[in-house]
Amino acid sequence: MDVQVWTYILVGVTFALYIGIAIWAKAASTSDFYVAGAHVNPVVNGMATAADWMSAASFLSMAGLISFMGYDGAVYLMGWTGGYVLLALLLAPYLRKFGKFTIPDFIGDRYYSNFARTIAVICALIVSFTYVAGQMRGVGLVFSKFLEVNIDIGVLIGMAIVFFYAVLGGMKGITYTQVAQYCVLIFAFMVPAFFISFQLTGNPIPQLGFGSELADGSGQYLLEKLDELHTELGFAAYTSGTKSMQDVFFITAALMIGTAGLPHVIVRFFTVPKVKDARVSVGYALIFIAILYTTAPAIAAFAKYNMMETVSEQPYEEMPEWFGTWEETALLTWYDKNEDGIITYAPGSAIEGLPDIQRNTAGEIVRGDFGEVKVNNPPAEGSNELYVDRDIMVLANPEIANLPAWVAGLVAAGGLAAALSTAAGLLLVISTAVSHDLIKKQIKTDISDKAELMWARIAAGGAVVVAGYFGINPPGFVAEVVAIAFGLAAASFFPAIILGIFYKKMNRQGAIAGMIAGLLFTLGYVIFFKIAFPEFNTPEFWWFGISPEGIGTLGMILNLLVSFAVGMIFPEPPEDVQEMVESIRYPQ
Amino acid sequence: MQIMSERDLKGYWKKNLKYLGILLSIWFTVSYGFGILLAPVLDEIQIGGFKLGFWFAQQGSIYTFVVLIFVYVYLMNKLDQEFNVQED
Repeated sequence: MDVQVWTYILVGVTFALYIGIAIWAKAASTSDFYVAGAHVNPVVNGMATAADWMSAASFLSMAGLISFMGYDGAVYLMGWTGGYVLLALLLAPYLRKFGKFTIPDFIGDRYYSNFARTIAVICALIVSFTYVAGQMRGVGLVFSKFLEVNIDIGVLIGMAIVFFYAVLGGMKGITYTQVAQYCVLIFAFMVPAFFISFQLTGNPIPQLGFGSELADGSGQYLLEKLDELHTELGFAAYTSGTKSMQDVFFITAALMIGTAGLPHVIVRFFTVPKVKDARVSVGYALIFIAILYTTAPAIAAFAKYNMMETVSEQPYEEMPEWFGTWEETALLTWYDKNEDGIITYAPGSAIEGLPDIQRNTAGEIVRGDFGEVKVNNPPAEGSNELYVDRDIMVLANPEIANLPAWVAGLVAAGGLAAALSTAAGLLLVISTAVSHDLIKKQIKTDISDKAELMWARIAAGGAVVVAGYFGINPPGFVAEVVAIAFGLAAASFFPAIILGIFYKKMNRQGAIAGMIAGLLFTLGYVIFFKIAFPEFNTPEFWWFGISPEGIGTLGMILNLLVSFAVGMIFPEPPEDVQEMVESIRYPQ
Repeated sequence: MQIMSERDLKGYWKKNLKYLGILLSIWFTVSYGFGILLAPVLDEIQIGGFKLGFWFAQQGSIYTFVVLIFVYVYLMNKLDQEFNVQED
């Protein structure tokens, strides 16, 4: 059986499983819908959190990005795990003790202000929508590459599945589907990793193979060889990277703090029964996440080594079959600048812009002298002839390493599981922000539980439609878009929540001013460099050498400074609020 | 529900903050210290196929994070008992 048949089978089986769970776990009340009735076992919650949080970016894009970033990939690895320490120590237990449904709930009650609540709702919506855009692009990508379905139809199928279990089951449905999705995605991620690690180094454990000698009898360490290949071709050594130290520092910090401030992650710790469970549940979540996160850098190194060994300085005509397959999807392009038929891989771009395949009037692909797929793009300066889309490093890995067809099908099912589980968690945040924090708490406070539940379902449905729009009109690389959501979370929520717990005297004026300042500053910086003036998006124009990905850290510091400065002018919070802060500090 | 005197809760909170301070210092030192700021220096040390700074940045810090959380859980569960603020 070929890859496509396997993909249909594995994707079909997993989708049927998710729908089955959705029917079994139907939500009966708002408490079920928002926090799964707050009786999820901490290990189960840890697993659901891991799936919730490991997105299409973690699964599909991250290893590929690291492949091309080398050492610098550490920003994602540390950034997207270190936040869990903050979450466990500074947020989860206290917010669980607080015991309501959402982050805007906490902000609104703690800062005794519906205005603060509304700002928190706006922050939650911006962060979640930015993030969900990346997931939908991931769903579309998997469908179009593996099933040769039109990307838009792929997104629509994904939306239909999420719609079904998010709208029906709310948090309860999402929790148990996420457990299933975690199992699918981690299995799909690890199987090719075991195979490839064993092939290359003779050690099947990727975390160890990563630091082992190559199995080719050369006696050279994999990383040593990789550094050598990179420097020979004029790249920076794989283990040293190219970003400045302060940029690495700031991006890592923005991602860590952002992780701890992401509403769809925090809200998962409202679903366990006790404070004690909230603490340990974060630990389980991080174990489940660390399995993938310590494997990803190994896969990145294996894939890069395989790619360079197979492709660099080799004649095009001797390329394996997968090369041609991925050329036809425009994710891989060879532009023979010096017309020697040999693939030159060197620093710099191969072509201007993203590949645009040449077609004749009959719609057939135009081929060059050596049978390569021709593109309309003009060649870029420099000797590099190879364009590789980062995302294919995970997608094509099984083929590049010559693994059986079912492994590639498994990767497709895993990518979909990762994207769908995260999308569902985000959609839930969006729907609760509308039904609970806006309607129940502000517009119609006497609404019945049943009516509120209906509103939650309507809002979830509406959010699915908006997310679908983003999936069909996707912005940029998956991981880059997602990275920005983290900056926004770091600059808005995180300081307000931390001050709310650890600084009793912080008043509403300070917190509100801080959140607005942090959000506007970060959003402004990102929009300036990413959207308005992308031509200035280079280190010489950045403030303090900090890229838009890392600016959330500065936004967070600004938020804190503004909170303190403005907070000092105004009176202390009322007595009952200060008592509430006292009471969330101990379990009972 | 246990009725606690004001002083005991203050003691509990103080000790909690002390634990946070220690654990977060380790968190910072391992990730930002060993993984980023000191990485070029630690890269001089080679363990197996890994340069040490690179290993901390891409592997070691993640293992440390997991251990830190479980140490925190252990300490806090003990602290809850000690100050009698645990949930039944």
